[in-house]
Amino acid sequence: MKILTGNDLKSGAVIWWDGQGWSLHVNDAVDVADAGATLIAREEAAQNVFAAYVVDGAKDADGVRPAHIKERIRALGPTVRPDLTLKPADPAAVNWVI
Amino acid sequence: MSDVQFRFRDDEPVSDPAVTVDSFADQTNATAVRVEPSDDARELLPYLDRLRLIEVNFPAFTDGRGYSSARVLREAGFDGEIRAVGEVTIDMLSHMRRCGFDAFAPEQSLNPADAQAAFDRWSDVYQATADGRQPIWAKRHPV
Amino acid sequence: MYKYDNYDQQMVDTRVEEFRDQVRRRLTGELSEEQFRPLRLQNGLYLQLHAYMLRVAVPYGTLSSAQMRLLGDIADKYDRGYGHFTTRQNIQYNWIKLEETPDLLADLAKVEMHAIQTSGNCIRNISSDQYAGAAADEIIDPRPYAELLRQWSSFHPEFLTLPRKFKICVIASETDRAAMRLHDIGIKMVRNAAGEIGAQFYVGGGMGRTPMIGPMIREFVPLDQLITYSEACLRVYNRYGRRDNKYKARIKILVHELGKEEYTRQVEEEFAHLMTQGIEPPIAELERIKIYFVDPAYDTAASDELDLSDPDFRLWVERNTEGHKQAGYVIATVSLKPVGGIPGDASADQIRLMADLARDYSFDELRVTHAQNIVFPHVRKADLYTVWQALDAADLGTPNLDTIGDIIACPGLDYCSLANARSIPVAQKISERFAAKQEEIGEMKLKISGCINACGHHHAGHIGILGVDRKGKENYQLLLGGSEGADTSLGQITGPGFDEDGIVNAVEKATEVYLDKREQGERFLDTYRRIGMAPFKEALYG
Repeated sequence: MKILTGNDLKSGAVIWWDGQGWSLHVNDAVDVADAGATLIAREEAAQNVFAAYVVDGAKDADGVRPAHIKERIRALGPTVRPDLTLKPADPAAVNWVI
Repeated sequence: MSDVQFRFRDDEPVSDPAVTVDSFADQTNATAVRVEPSDDARELLPYLDRLRLIEVNFPAFTDGRGYSSARVLREAGFDGEIRAVGEVTIDMLSHMRRCGFDAFAPEQSLNPADAQAAFDRWSDVYQATADGRQPIWAKRHPV
Repeated sequence: MYKYDNYDQQMVDTRVEEFRDQVRRRLTGELSEEQFRPLRLQNGLYLQLHAYMLRVAVPYGTLSSAQMRLLGDIADKYDRGYGHFTTRQNIQYNWIKLEETPDLLADLAKVEMHAIQTSGNCIRNISSDQYAGAAADEIIDPRPYAELLRQWSSFHPEFLTLPRKFKICVIASETDRAAMRLHDIGIKMVRNAAGEIGAQFYVGGGMGRTPMIGPMIREFVPLDQLITYSEACLRVYNRYGRRDNKYKARIKILVHELGKEEYTRQVEEEFAHLMTQGIEPPIAELERIKIYFVDPAYDTAASDELDLSDPDFRLWVERNTEGHKQAGYVIATVSLKPVGGIPGDASADQIRLMADLARDYSFDELRVTHAQNIVFPHVRKADLYTVWQALDAADLGTPNLDTIGDIIACPGLDYCSLANARSIPVAQKISERFAAKQEEIGEMKLKISGCINACGHHHAGHIGILGVDRKGKENYQLLLGGSEGADTSLGQITGPGFDEDGIVNAVEKATEVYLDKREQGERFLDTYRRIGMAPFKEALYG
């Protein structure tokens, strides 16, 4: 699947296109097929996101898994500071990245 | 060709078309020239008394060679109009002014209030440039 | 240290208001991201992997305890309770909000701090020797010259849209503690035959994709020509530096492609012209700045005795302190590399503790080193035990300066959107693996970069590690024999890369070769230079 990620302009938070808007959680990301560029142009013009780009991903049992380790770290948070990630209480979260 | 939106001169604006630096030497009745980022502004030094207008082009606002071109020309004593053309944005205006630009013809016209705020932003400056403003180090040590 | 006058304060305050207005125009959409990006970069605000990151300038690595305390408060107020000290003597915060940045900058301005030009295609923070003003071997304190250059470079209207970033370093000793030769402009303050102080210019050093050691361009620039000469170097770069290819846009490429002689010729020509333009501040301005850098009021009766009966204290003193030019004092380095920790990170509480200790025991002054540690430059020996106990209780007392545990590491893929691999977990594993062997291995500068941009300075490591992406997986190359001192050399790659566990094993094998082959008194670097790469290659790859 092709998913979109970008950042919230005011806060800088990493966000993922969920089909209607932008979510903090990669598991909400939807497959945009080849509509990525069009969606990005529209959403950036509306200032709903900036620095957005298309990422390869796959649906698995847990949710949505970005294909590259960089976007998995982006989705979760720094692997060396589990307390600062989106899943501070989950000891297996870092394994998901790797 | 964009209009001059801001000008800090009292004399009549030059409306002659600006020729390229390459062709300028041969065109003995040209009074206006356009300097591109890759041009060497020093090639104009022998002809400054013929020139009334020098346009300096910023095809991309990220290409900062025009700032050096303007300063080089002012340092050589040119007191005609140096006009910034191309991708001229609000946030470049005060730097351009300091480098010797006294006219601005942005591709996209600029919000006049924002532009005025930009020109007026800095009450002091750290460096001496050919704009004649007294730098902070001179104010600290009046002669 | 330098204190702002009304002019300096006005400049930073104006800058805050300028940025506040730029943020306003960005949020209304008046400014596009493309137009806004260089403006926020020149106010230190990067977009990183997780959020905006703000890089606050610590000019030539010197700060007061009040400034340090505010840096701790900013970590709490605007970020997530910690900061990261960088390889250019700055501090970074990883979770900053754009809409809060103008207020953050206003808070910084109240203690004479800023984030001006810490990113972007402009002249960046000017770095210096972390022991400046305290070292026994400096010919003069380099920092007044760095301050003069800081003011000259701040908001310089001609040089805000350079082909690429520009990094300047100023030192004043033969021992280069600041990697001066690996800067775009490196300046060494020297004395000429007549005993006059002047500046020796090296131009075109740098790391990244194409590491180069800067050649000397001018042996002696008199003090009253320092700004004019610098301006000439920059103007030639602004006019002729490559703008067609981002990876060939640094001045090192220009100097390399023109050749040192031609670049020098162009600079001297421009310099001769600029000398007619009256752009040099009077010597009185340098003298005005120097007054802020006179020696602190040392206790001239301070005892040179030190009770080293506590073995942990003794180890820390031997490792982390350096002789001071003033009897009875030492230079003390606070390690931000606890075993298994994140190199260069400090919590808000740790930052405030260091601020308090500096206020009470180091004449109110601290330094940030490019090895990501903190220095108390002037500590009385009589106070040293008290200082160490406080540091030790806060996990800041690791006795590992310049050993294998004192790892320099960029933030890497855990934080940085440019990275190919994570660097911090590698640093943590190495730190833990070698904790017990630190003393045996001795002096070791181990540096890790998570990508070819080399923010971890891996080319200058005795052991260097470069993270790469190999078919979508993190992979690590090993380099040996780099050095950033006066004997600057660039590390050589050993061969094929390793995975995360593999690189830690590879480092271990390299140290085993060293321990096996070393001769009396040799550091790892010395043994490598004597025996060459072959024995290491053999051990690594069989």
